[in-house]
Amino acid sequence: MSSNKKYWKSVEELNESSSIVETLQQNEFVQEIPTDEFLGDKSSLENSSTTRRDFLKYVGFSTAAASLAACEGPVKKSIPYVVQPDRIVPGVANYYATTIADGYDFASVLIKTREGRPIKVENNNLATSNGDANARVNASVLSLYDSSRLQGPKKAGEDISWADLDKEVGAKLNGLGGKQIVLLTQTFASPSTSKLIAEFKAKYQNVKHVVYDAVSQSEALDAYQMMYGERALADYDFGKVNTIVSVAADFLGDWQGGGYDSGYAKGRVPKNGKMSKHIQFESNMSLTGANADKRIAITPSQQKQVLAALYAYVTGSGSKSSLGADLDGEVVKAAKQIQKAGSNAVVVSGIQDVDAQLIVLAINKAIQSKAFNESTPRTIRQGDSKAVAQLVKDMNAGRVGGLLIAGINPMYSLPNANEFKAGLEKVDLSVAFSMHDDETASACNYIATTPHYLESWGDVEFKKGSYSLMQPTIKPLFDTRQFQETLLKWTGNTASYHDYIKNAWTGILGGSSWNQALHDGVLVTPSLPKEDLVDAIETPEGEAPTPDAVSAGPNLGAAARRLSNAKSNGLELTLYTKTSLGDGQQANNPWLQEMPDPITRTSWDNYLTVSKADAEQLGLTNENVANGALNGSYAKVTVGGAEVVVPVIIQPGQAKGSVGLALGYGKSKGLKEEMVVGVNAYPLYQNLNAVQDVTVAATEGVHEFACVQLHNTLMGRGDIVKETTLEIFNTKDKHDWNAIPEVSKNHIEFEVTSPEVDLWDEFDRSIGHHFNLSIDLNACTGCGACVIACHAENNVPVVGKSEIRRSRDMHWLRIDRYYSSQDSFETDNEKKDNIAGLGSSLSEFGEMESPSDNPQVVFQPVMCQHCNHAPCETVCPVAATSHGRQGQNHMAYNRCVGTRYCANNCPYKVRRFNWFLYNNNDEFDYYMNNDLGRMVINPDVTVRSRGVMEKCSMCIQMTQKTILDAKREGREIKDGEFQTACSSACSSGAMIFGDINDKDSKVAKLKEDDRMYHLLEHVGTKPNVMYQTKVRNTTEA
Amino acid sequence: MKQVKHRNSASKILVLGTVFLFTFFNPVFGQDEAAANAVVATEASSGGDVAKGEELFKSLCAACHKRYKKMTGPALFGVEDKYEREWIYSWVKNSAAMIASGDAQAVAIYEEYNKTAMNAFPQLTNTDIDDILAYVMVPKADPPASVPGADTAAAAGSGSGISANVLLGILALVFLMLMVVLFLVNNTLRRFAEANNIELPDSESKKPIWKAFVENQFLVLVTAILLLLASGYFVYGYFMQVGVDQGYAPIQPIHYSHKIHAGDNQIECKYCHSSARVSKTSGIPSLNVCMNCHKSISEVADATATADYSKEFYDGEIQKLYKAVGWDADAQKYTGETEAVKWVRIHNLPDFAYFNHSQHVTVAGVECQKCHGPVEEMEIMYQYAPLTMGWCINCHRETNVKVADNKYYEKIHKELSKKYGVDQLTAAQMGGLECGKCHY
Repeated sequence: MSSNKKYWKSVEELNESSSIVETLQQNEFVQEIPTDEFLGDKSSLENSSTTRRDFLKYVGFSTAAASLAACEGPVKKSIPYVVQPDRIVPGVANYYATTIADGYDFASVLIKTREGRPIKVENNNLATSNGDANARVNASVLSLYDSSRLQGPKKAGEDISWADLDKEVGAKLNGLGGKQIVLLTQTFASPSTSKLIAEFKAKYQNVKHVVYDAVSQSEALDAYQMMYGERALADYDFGKVNTIVSVAADFLGDWQGGGYDSGYAKGRVPKNGKMSKHIQFESNMSLTGANADKRIAITPSQQKQVLAALYAYVTGSGSKSSLGADLDGEVVKAAKQIQKAGSNAVVVSGIQDVDAQLIVLAINKAIQSKAFNESTPRTIRQGDSKAVAQLVKDMNAGRVGGLLIAGINPMYSLPNANEFKAGLEKVDLSVAFSMHDDETASACNYIATTPHYLESWGDVEFKKGSYSLMQPTIKPLFDTRQFQETLLKWTGNTASYHDYIKNAWTGILGGSSWNQALHDGVLVTPSLPKEDLVDAIETPEGEAPTPDAVSAGPNLGAAARRLSNAKSNGLELTLYTKTSLGDGQQANNPWLQEMPDPITRTSWDNYLTVSKADAEQLGLTNENVANGALNGSYAKVTVGGAEVVVPVIIQPGQAKGSVGLALGYGKSKGLKEEMVVGVNAYPLYQNLNAVQDVTVAATEGVHEFACVQLHNTLMGRGDIVKETTLEIFNTKDKHDWNAIPEVSKNHIEFEVTSPEVDLWDEFDRSIGHHFNLSIDLNACTGCGACVIACHAENNVPVVGKSEIRRSRDMHWLRIDRYYSSQDSFETDNEKKDNIAGLGSSLSEFGEMESPSDNPQVVFQPVMCQHCNHAPCETVCPVAATSHGRQGQNHMAYNRCVGTRYCANNCPYKVRRFNWFLYNNNDEFDYYMNNDLGRMVINPDVTVRSRGVMEKCSMCIQMTQKTILDAKREGREIKDGEFQTACSSACSSGAMIFGDINDKDSKVAKLKEDDRMYHLLEHVGTKPNVMYQTKVRNTTEA
Repeated sequence: MKQVKHRNSASKILVLGTVFLFTFFNPVFGQDEAAANAVVATEASSGGDVAKGEELFKSLCAACHKRYKKMTGPALFGVEDKYEREWIYSWVKNSAAMIASGDAQAVAIYEEYNKTAMNAFPQLTNTDIDDILAYVMVPKADPPASVPGADTAAAAGSGSGISANVLLGILALVFLMLMVVLFLVNNTLRRFAEANNIELPDSESKKPIWKAFVENQFLVLVTAILLLLASGYFVYGYFMQVGVDQGYAPIQPIHYSHKIHAGDNQIECKYCHSSARVSKTSGIPSLNVCMNCHKSISEVADATATADYSKEFYDGEIQKLYKAVGWDADAQKYTGETEAVKWVRIHNLPDFAYFNHSQHVTVAGVECQKCHGPVEEMEIMYQYAPLTMGWCINCHRETNVKVADNKYYEKIHKELSKKYGVDQLTAAQMGGLECGKCHY
């Protein structure tokens, strides 16, 4: 069954005549290495001024000099504290609970600090909401040590003292002569900040607060306000339902603030023969669509029609849809599924349209979805695009006297940045509260430099009643002052912001202890103590809901009609955010830039995703060059007056008639030159709407992508992913869908795992610990948090775009993405059976062989498999890699001489070679090349040097620490104590790590699970990493 | 002819004899133990018992007072000259009451010492206080007077050194003269022989030994092999010690003597290196740990001084600590001006080797001295162990794991000892030789 499917990794592979794929399957290199070109060129060899003898002399001298110099050890200094803080013991990590709230990512996290330096972000398991750190949150610790941060307040580019800044700005604020003062800020979702802003408003007359989200959720907020009278976002718990229908909502990505994957993953693991069913209608191939059981690729305008039709079918109101028969059929099926599930279903939508969001709320209300909790709406998006548009108008009309911009970069992220700039020049006083000298900050009069969130105090209310506290984990590195602190000064309040929060929290805390809340980082209050918070909650700007509208309820029928009449003119562009960069705030973070996109597997770039059919029509091409790297043509994308030139990637699953482009790239100010990559797509984000009608035309030039797509080919071994359907999983024997390969010995078939056919004697591992890692392909959403966590924990270097392009990426953990062709097995088999005659067979097979239209996707995290019979160990000439009793495949870097035999012999291609020295090297000017950036390095893990092989160690430093702690305390180790960086970062529960010799442990049970299989079992490597077969829920209602 | 030969051999013997004498005649510096503690047991005018007073002073007063130096409280020498005896009695018994009553002298001293209240000692009788006063009024012994023994010993030592040298010089001169005389006699005789036309026999034209050696190919081969082997041995030895800094004893910014602290004063290692219990590093104590004791120890005892390091030297080192930590010894308070001490690291394990102190100290219960040597005898700290991998591994092979009373080891010990058929397991059997246990 599983072997019936054909898996592929790139469009190139589907091309039958592709010589590259054919060659790559047979050879490591597509072409011969061009040594002849060099050696055959007699004339240039002879003209060389360095003779062979000279060369040998130089080599001899430098070797001798180097070895002489190496004989004398350097004198190292050790500098202890003068007064050691009580809580810090050198060599022992401390953890602090804090919260990230940068306006885009909101999460309650734990920060691991060593000797006072934050070095890693962990999930806060006490948090009931937003306790999961995504890839960006995991990487945010590196942004703290960003060498391009501003180091103090500035006035017109010159340094200024805080006292002078306070005096000058204070004077100007008071002398604006009745003109408006506008606070243009990110979403803080902070009760104390709201209170503070209210006080600021009281102090200065005519103050307006405008909240601006770079990536807007304004329409969803408006719709919720119309329906429930409160400007917030609906909160869903996908773990509570068994049917999920999403119309373009990338809820595993950043949809409405993200953080939904752990709930979603809970329902995705088949338990007692049941798992949730997920149907996704969308145009771009999103992370959510990739995880869906059924994904229907449609254009944005069709999405609206689908939603209207769905509403009509589910509620039974409205007329027949205007959709085509095929699509209508799918909608009917989805509607049936919803009706069958009743309150166990949920419908969500990412369409940026008030009508669409109203309809979604109406459907969930109609089916009384259990996933939707009316009493706890989310507050982590508050931006109002109408108010922002009005502000730009006001600025240009000269009505705005003072503009205080906090936490955002509108000059970069506004589509009408030019208008904003013109308006800014008419403003008397402009102050930017920013960490970087970015586009906006450099255009303002003053920069009140702010600290990183790890240096700040703060509080957040994620959703009603779910609070979280932010506390500094390090003393501010620079002369910075956070926005709230400055605002306190300017309102004449002498209290510190810490005291201010504490004071503001007396109401929130009720009777509970502040210290406890600070320690936990989170606080959930059952009901809101209204009387204390009434003055704290600010009424948002913009149109207040008229009481009539609320009581009467919005006109849903009209909304549905408007939706079903949606039309498109040509190509439709959907702007999206990538898992790695989000809205682009952390564009200067090399970990994120280098993280391959989960879908396209491309790093260091954004690009126009185009369907294969459209690409052919528009003359856009992708091709793989000799070494497997990807090249793409450029396209000129025009929306209204705005025009950008972007490289093109042909994306399987992209709906015909639609294109996609990621926001967050192309930032040009306030970051390192190496990080200025991609194209700024915000100019296309007209009216802060993600969907735009575009014209696309091919232009000159070829773009070189850093794509890890065809890297490390598996030499044609296709059975790496095992997959089945829920029906087969429930009804058939394990042997049918997860068979262990067999080999024949003396004409008797043996399973490859049997000792009969083993080349080696098995080592007894029943004593002590034996670590195993289980990866559930059903629960893994491909979010990439583990990739960044691994980066942080193991000091994995960043190598840059050109090295990635040369297949020299250093990620110890990669998340492979495989496309597979058939919708489901049945449909395929049916089709095959129904073929009648040659004519039919040609067309039908042709249809089946154009799978890139709508492929299924599987994510598979792959790291060193820690084989018990490791092929790498037997070929190492210096025994640098060897096996431990606890199951880990050890790698002694100091012993490695860099022959790379091991990498060649590894069937999983998980070994990484240090082609260069990546630290302290100006050629790799990323974080390891400056003192500030190196503060993030984990002192328990060696920083590798040039010429050695490295790979996943199964976080042996973490397991060793757990063992040592237990030894010191003289106790046994409980299940769940053993963790790796990836397993502890995995919020979806896809990665479970533990000791299989502890028979009661979760991982020991998973090893016995029917779904368990090992990668390339037939090779006989006996890995200690196991996978759980992917099960797809293809049952129809 | 025979005579000539004899003379030659005689001169050789003389030269050899000189060398021999020089080699074995080493001047021995006799050094007397300094009888330093010259306690002057003078009866003070008050008539108290000095010995009893000393006992009381050390048990009750020494935490805050010194005789000749300000500490938390004032120096007590001369206190009798400043205050009435009756006043002192009431002050010692209840100083707070005196301050409260507004006694001018009492308030003044209270203000001078930053309003630090002195404990009340109602249990002391007037006689006791007399004894203490007798003790504190003993004038400070003059430094030269206090160490006369040491001084004379040093003088004597150097004196004997000089005399031995002179003796040797004279001897050498005599031998030299003898040699000159011999040479001259020899020359004269030769001239006589020439004048008398006596033929002196030429030395036989024997084949030189080196030529014979070169012509014997077997010998050359054997020697070459031996030479190669020997040089190989030495080259190997040289390369193997590259990066091994056994005996490394760098000069530290503050001369800290482990001998005084861990040896003489018996301070437990982990009192200062407390993180060795819980952390991978043993930790260099922060300066506030030093100040736990050195707040009241501002100078070393006279007995601490040695011939190599004088009391002034040690006191100077304590002053360096005060400067670094920002302690104003006169005002008895911190100035807040601190500067870090840049110690030179002695034990430099390479970055690729992971070592955890708490594993060895807390879990295994290994004595610090096992790896760091007799620290309590080290005036200057040095690297005792080679810290090579072979050294680690050997210990892991030989050392038994301390499994007793440790629940963690219970199961694994039972299973492993059954497997290996032993009662005690070594660290190696427990997996302590695996590469990945120390290299990651």
